[in-house]
Amino acid sequence: MMDSQQTAAGRTEVTSVPEDPILSMRNLSRVFTRQPVLAETLLKLLGRTPDIPKLRAVRSVDLSVRRGEVLGLVGESGCGKSTLGRMMAGILPASQGALAYEGAEVAGLRGTALRDFTLGVQMVFQDPYSSLNPRQRVASILAEPLKVHRPDLSRAEIHARVDAALAEVGLDVSYRDRFPHQFSGGQRQRIGIARALIVEPRFLVCDEPIAALDVSIQAQVINLFLDLRRKHNLTYLFISHDLSVVRHMADRVAIMYLGEIVELAPTAELFADPKHPYTRTLLEQIPSVRNRKRSFSAVKGELPSPLAPPPGCPFHPRCPAAMPQCSVEVPQKRQIAPGRTVSCHLYDKDQIST
Amino acid sequence: MDSIRSPRKDDEPVAVRQPLTDTPQRRAMLGKLKRRPSVKASLIALLVITLTGLCLPFLAQQDPYDLTAFSVMDNRLPPMSESFDGMVFWLGTDGQGRDMLSAILYGMRISLLVGLVSTALALIIGVSVGLVAAVLGGRIEAMLMRLVDFVLGFPSILVALVLLAMIGRGVDKVILAIVMVQWANYARIMRSSALSERRKEYVEAAHNLGFGTGRVMFRHIMPNSLSAVLVLATVQIASAITLEATLSFLGVGVPVTEPSLGLLVANGFDYLMSGAYWISFYPGIALLILIFSLNLVGDRLRTALDPKRS
Repeated sequence: MMDSQQTAAGRTEVTSVPEDPILSMRNLSRVFTRQPVLAETLLKLLGRTPDIPKLRAVRSVDLSVRRGEVLGLVGESGCGKSTLGRMMAGILPASQGALAYEGAEVAGLRGTALRDFTLGVQMVFQDPYSSLNPRQRVASILAEPLKVHRPDLSRAEIHARVDAALAEVGLDVSYRDRFPHQFSGGQRQRIGIARALIVEPRFLVCDEPIAALDVSIQAQVINLFLDLRRKHNLTYLFISHDLSVVRHMADRVAIMYLGEIVELAPTAELFADPKHPYTRTLLEQIPSVRNRKRSFSAVKGELPSPLAPPPGCPFHPRCPAAMPQCSVEVPQKRQIAPGRTVSCHLYDKDQIST
Repeated sequence: MDSIRSPRKDDEPVAVRQPLTDTPQRRAMLGKLKRRPSVKASLIALLVITLTGLCLPFLAQQDPYDLTAFSVMDNRLPPMSESFDGMVFWLGTDGQGRDMLSAILYGMRISLLVGLVSTALALIIGVSVGLVAAVLGGRIEAMLMRLVDFVLGFPSILVALVLLAMIGRGVDKVILAIVMVQWANYARIMRSSALSERRKEYVEAAHNLGFGTGRVMFRHIMPNSLSAVLVLATVQIASAITLEATLSFLGVGVPVTEPSLGLLVANGFDYLMSGAYWISFYPGIALLILIFSLNLVGDRLRTALDPKRS
């Protein structure tokens, strides 16, 4: 992983695409808005534009996921992590921008190619209690994708595959006839992982898959993720707000704030030397045994409303290093070291230039 | 973190496997249904009505639809009187000499049949419309739901009256009229519960696994949003029966030769002032018991199915 970054040292383009991206996003945005009510439609007919609030959940994200890596995506709740993950998995369409899977634009995919993308990018959901159909038995949950997409398989073959999938995620084969409510959170999450894996995906979007689990079970599920990645050569987008988990798992980390990626760096470098003030604030809050940190201060203030983002840099109202420039000018993404980008005015002069 | 890798503790089953038909919860639900004496009585009454309806030809002493089986000589006999050939009219006879008890038993069968069939048909139509509206959304949803509003906006009795005035009498036509006015109730409830199911993560997962809209709709969303509609249906059977009785009473329901409870009440209406109260009274009581039992059981079922109130 590190080697590929070293070779990219001479590269200058800010949005340079790393070698062999499995999934790449260009200027990807997602806006949520409501349907105009009748009165507003009538206003429109009269030539006046009604003011319908627009929520910009994801604002112009450029990001590439390299084949085989684990990309951590970190941010406060409400910053658009899950929305970005859902767009990558093809569950939500993008409002603007383009998503490319294996070099081909997803928007243009049809037929078999579209199915390859749909099945190739699978998702593991946050809440193991609502992500399984409560009226389906485990065997039926796991067999359904095979029945739909692999009509060539016989019943015995499907049966064998379901058993293999259960064994793979560490569940007993005798559980096949149970309903989801008969399992614990950790077991349900394993079923969710088995369901995603049964269609043999290449890329797994993990949307805070351990946030809803007991601490004692979190480690087991994390190890399961790491085992499966080795076995199947999977690529992960690992969404989390737990920095220690991300540090353990990820090769690269993207920090997200109010719908934008504010910093992207290899994990070791990010934790050793965080650049963006927001990243620094986040890292200061990790509890540590070594320095016996006892007092914690939350990041000052709250995440601004994505309905009315602050002008300039979205982080400036909470930033300890804010300058007058920050409230006026939107900071551009700059490459400050090989494989590292940051969007902050503090590094305006640090950009690697040709 | 690797050191934490230990034998999985969460592998122990949470619940021991139970056969579906006999879970403790289900047994508890039936127990809850039975406990109250009024509900117990209603359940017994419904059971008796259904059983008599099933083996009527053996039970009734007279076929009230066979005009040759009774004689006008026996007309308007009070309860407990005897016919000239020795038959006892337990509940008296009507204006044509029909045995009221037999007529009531046959009438109940018609009422129950109309209630069950029309509710089942309305349920199927309403559930499909509500589901399609919730899942497809957009213009289709707007059109379907405005249609539902339109149907619900009219008084149901008025719509049924106009419809029957156009297409004529008959059990099948009454059923059609009731379905026409009742499906909209189910559609509205189904849409709202399907809307809330649709946003759950298992539905997203189903889309993500490349399942078609139809499969997601009928295999995933529908089974999980049916419970509210099914409870409504138990109560709606009673209201379908009431509607049928009302229509028959008003003279547009079932044909005169096959009297239902409502028609029997209507027939006796002419004789009320002349003292022959039993022709209207006993069918009325039978209707009351039938509807009251259905309502009580349906209401209790709603309580029993709601985990928050149990």
